[in-house]
Amino acid sequence: MAAKEIRFHGRGGQGAVLAARMLASAAAAEGKHVASFPMYGFERRGMPVVAFTRFSDEPIREKTQIYTPDCLVVIDPTLLNIKTLFDGLKPDGILILNSPKEFPEPPHPSVKRAAIINATQVALCEIGRDIPNTCLIGSLARATGWVSLESVLKGLADHLDGDLLKKNIRNAERGYEEVQVISW
Amino acid sequence: MAETHAGPIAVTGNEAVAEAMRQINPDVVCAYPITPQTEVVQLYAQMVADGAVDTEFVTVESEHSAMSAAIGAAAGGARTMTATSSQGFALMWELLYVAASYRLPIVMTTVNRALSGPINIHCDHSDTMGGRDSGWLQIYGENHQQAYDNCLQSVRIAEHMDVRTPVMHMYDGYVISGAIGPLVILQDEKVRDFIGPFKAINPMLDVEHPVTVGPFDGLHGWYFEHKVAQNRAMDRSFKVIQDVADEFAEITGRHYGLLEPYRLDDAEIAIVVIGSTAGTTRMVVDKLRARGVKAGMVRVRVFRPFPHEAYAKALEHVKVVGVMDRADSFGAQGGPLFLEIRAALYDSDPRPQVLPFVYGLGGRDIFPDNIEQAFAVLEETARSGKRATSERRYLNLRKD
Repeated sequence: MAAKEIRFHGRGGQGAVLAARMLASAAAAEGKHVASFPMYGFERRGMPVVAFTRFSDEPIREKTQIYTPDCLVVIDPTLLNIKTLFDGLKPDGILILNSPKEFPEPPHPSVKRAAIINATQVALCEIGRDIPNTCLIGSLARATGWVSLESVLKGLADHLDGDLLKKNIRNAERGYEEVQVISW
Repeated sequence: MAETHAGPIAVTGNEAVAEAMRQINPDVVCAYPITPQTEVVQLYAQMVADGAVDTEFVTVESEHSAMSAAIGAAAGGARTMTATSSQGFALMWELLYVAASYRLPIVMTTVNRALSGPINIHCDHSDTMGGRDSGWLQIYGENHQQAYDNCLQSVRIAEHMDVRTPVMHMYDGYVISGAIGPLVILQDEKVRDFIGPFKAINPMLDVEHPVTVGPFDGLHGWYFEHKVAQNRAMDRSFKVIQDVADEFAEITGRHYGLLEPYRLDDAEIAIVVIGSTAGTTRMVVDKLRARGVKAGMVRVRVFRPFPHEAYAKALEHVKVVGVMDRADSFGAQGGPLFLEIRAALYDSDPRPQVLPFVYGLGGRDIFPDNIEQAFAVLEETARSGKRATSERRYLNLRKD
């Protein structure tokens, strides 16, 4: 598999940085080389947050941020209003979106394929709080096929344990099972 | 974190170093948190609280106090470590010289970050470049594995009786410190065997053999001779650094030198670079090689002492050398690394051209394209056969 670059957009407190790391752990569980890092700024709850994950069969030597992602993961639907959100998304790139809405038209002209799920509702149901990150990693596994659901669940266990791990496993499983993949 | 792993695990650079510190299990750690180093001491404080280590963790009110306490602990006879970044490093300044002149084998992790102002928390090498004349040894790592490996080796180097000088080891803030990357961890016993027990020299806590540390020396004292002795220890440390690296290679299979050449043997143009950007530079070298360009690279590992003879030998056949500085020396002919490389090659005949590049200040991203631009300047200069101007060339500098 060619190297993959994923850019996560969330808001402080939604777990974008952790999601990027958990995806890296999932890919690492499949023996891939991984890198994951956030774009640091002045972190506070509710502020837009960006994080990145790279994985590849070859060692990763590039140390730059990700400007032309293969996949965008948008954890908060209100971020669709940010003009630069889709900057650099590859022409055949895929959007993983948390949204309660239906999208008869693409949310942005450069998006041709998207996996959409009401991850906030799933998270409120499974975890009891609006932390939709693990649900969307499950959706990413389903929509892209780049990592297996099994690896995603392994990746969660690198970062979470106990009751929280159990709830997030369910969150990710539902993300995998219930996501809708749409092409325009 | 589990104690042993067969294969690589995915951790942040700071987690890698905290794990190395756990395995070293120093007697004393004195530290104050600062971005992007914070995670190192936060994780270590947790290990102390959990009883995973025997360390006396001294929480202090500033980095000035952190280094002061580290000096006190090391002079008292304790294996001592600390960690810092940027402004914290700057605040330690006067004590850096004190630690080095007392010949205390303190090991400090410094996570590279820009210095104010404007306030900037991102990576460049301004902090430790400013401390290059403080008398500490300086070892730069490229990635997570090297951050861990250099941390372990620093202890052996600092405590070696031919050196007995504090060592700081560095890695890039955020790019490595906060990023997830692969790490292979040694077994705890292997680290313990490699590090060995600490041997205190003239410890102040040995009340049977009282000593004075740091008295006033005066106009007719031995200050000058003392400084020369420090420099001689620097000279001796070249061999110690290599010996320690070779011994480390025996247990890990990972080889380190004073510097790390890449595709340099038949190179006509080459870039010298420090830290994580070496990874991106290797990519560009491979790309240029595929096009038939004889490009090479050297990654700087040891900056103090500066292995000038090794650079003269490594680069003697290169026509044009580009030096990439992630720090500047305002008003000087170029950045700190440029000045070292140019001086190292002065006695070469024929003398390679050495051109200064400055990049990445305050965390400005450095793209493969920017490094290709630098190589293009070197290639053009080599082709023309003329001497190019040695004005600084800035990579990824905004035009407006």
